[in-house]
Amino acid sequence: MNLKRTIGLIAAASYLFLHVPLLVLIVFSFNSSRFTAWEGFSLKWYAAVLADERMLKATWNSLIIAFVSTIFAAAVGTLAAYGMWKKKAPVLEGSLYVSLITPEIVTGVSLLAFFQWLFHYMDVRLGMHTVILAHITFSIAYVVIVVAARLKTMDGTLEEAALDLGANHWEAFWRVTLPNLIPGVIAAALLAFTISFDDYVITAMVAGIDSETLPMVIYGMARKGVSPAVNAISAIIVVGIGVLIVASERLQHE
Amino acid sequence: MPPVLELRSVSKHFPTHVAVRDVSLTIDRGKLFALLGPSGCGKTTTLRMVAGFEIPTSGQVLLNGSDIAPLPPYERNVTTVFQNYALFPHLTAKQNIEFGLRRKGAPDLDQKVAQVLDLVQMKGKEERKPARLSGGEKQRIALARALVLEPDVLLLDEPLSALDPKLRKQVRSELKALQRRVGITFIIVTHDQEEAMMLADEVALMHKGVIAQLGTPEDIYLRPANRFVANFLGAVNWLGEFGVRPEAIRITRDLLPTGDRCRPASVETVMFLGNSFHVQAKLSDGRSVVTEVSRLEKPFAPAERVRVWWNQEDEIHLPPESA
Repeated sequence: MNLKRTIGLIAAASYLFLHVPLLVLIVFSFNSSRFTAWEGFSLKWYAAVLADERMLKATWNSLIIAFVSTIFAAAVGTLAAYGMWKKKAPVLEGSLYVSLITPEIVTGVSLLAFFQWLFHYMDVRLGMHTVILAHITFSIAYVVIVVAARLKTMDGTLEEAALDLGANHWEAFWRVTLPNLIPGVIAAALLAFTISFDDYVITAMVAGIDSETLPMVIYGMARKGVSPAVNAISAIIVVGIGVLIVASERLQHE
Repeated sequence: MPPVLELRSVSKHFPTHVAVRDVSLTIDRGKLFALLGPSGCGKTTTLRMVAGFEIPTSGQVLLNGSDIAPLPPYERNVTTVFQNYALFPHLTAKQNIEFGLRRKGAPDLDQKVAQVLDLVQMKGKEERKPARLSGGEKQRIALARALVLEPDVLLLDEPLSALDPKLRKQVRSELKALQRRVGITFIIVTHDQEEAMMLADEVALMHKGVIAQLGTPEDIYLRPANRFVANFLGAVNWLGEFGVRPEAIRITRDLLPTGDRCRPASVETVMFLGNSFHVQAKLSDGRSVVTEVSRLEKPFAPAERVRVWWNQEDEIHLPPESA
């Protein structure tokens, strides 16, 4: 057996190892039995998901949180990346990685402590707004890193050319730099959206009574024993998130 | 009427070094001026101070008599053709040209764009994005984009360096013709002495942040101010106190009477350059001289006994560099 084939086999085995659990999940989401033995094709678990008020409410919450936090994180993160690019601030850029490698549970606890401290001075409680704030916080680092990568490939003289032709700094950013960054910004936003939609640990720490998200519902259901409805909703998430990730990757390499 | 551009004792200090030191020069309206020099000589920094990308540490930049040194790039009527052209990739060629006109709220947009497209012979390609233009076409659009604003001074940063050598020669003559046609003052930054001499009415040769010599191409080539200038503009055979350029040295098989300006020599090497030969000959004092010989002459052979001679007026008398 030659080297190329061996490497190919190893790669195939790795992919199987990675994706077989997902495939099993998706296959059993169409199983008519509630047990992990194939009985026949059925969409009843998908129907069950659609009939589950709590799950629909949680999905709606997750979408709102992901959408709002992505908009803010994309805006703030893009400006931050732009500022660091202009000022060439390697320390600031490096500090972003700290927020990426901080264990989620630590980020969650610190955010909770921060909110509790704030509550002494402001009449607010944990809820959608705290979840959204938390998600903006951890999404910004991802946005900055993706947008910064795009900026590194951008011709630095483009802005000078814009100024030279009579644009002020604001117009140069708005009409020249930003349009050239857009693929990177969208890629970053898609990434932030998926990370927000997925998040359990931080969300569970800072969520209130009205802000149960889909991962929290799934976690609660899974603890009571795996219902095939969980498979169904998980399969929908896998496919949805997969599409977003592929789109994000494509845009990053455009 | 004041000159279109005047630099008065302009200096630029960076944290790590002094890029430009006390540079003064005057450029008359409608001239093609070249800032020439090796890399790191301060020519690009000088250009950037005229464009407004750098603020001088001291000195004045007078455009039509008023000091523009502290003004941002968008408040001076000076435009730039960048070395890499810096065309906006998300806009079409036409939109690139319109960019400056729109910022200034200029009337008759379409007419102006059509005129300048005609001028740079790019009609019919205006709807293309830069990625779909060749190097030469990008340069034309970059020129059009800068010219359409009718600047007092047009700056060109190494405009030919991104083109392949064959295209470079053609574009060089087109550029000069274009400058004559529009009558706008051009300042071109280049490290290529041939390019500067062919294009410019006047040349400032810079070295280590100062102007080594300012003059017409003939001036600085034939009457260089020092040995750096003489050597930068072309080869020189240094024979002690003076030097003679290769094309001014004649080589002959005739047994001319020898003297100070006609010396016996023996041929060392002969190099064929296509249109001419470079013949290197060794003098009796051990020095070698390089001469340029027409291809039409009977070729010389190594070890051949010859005479080399030159005229007094072709001698460049300069003391050797102290440093």
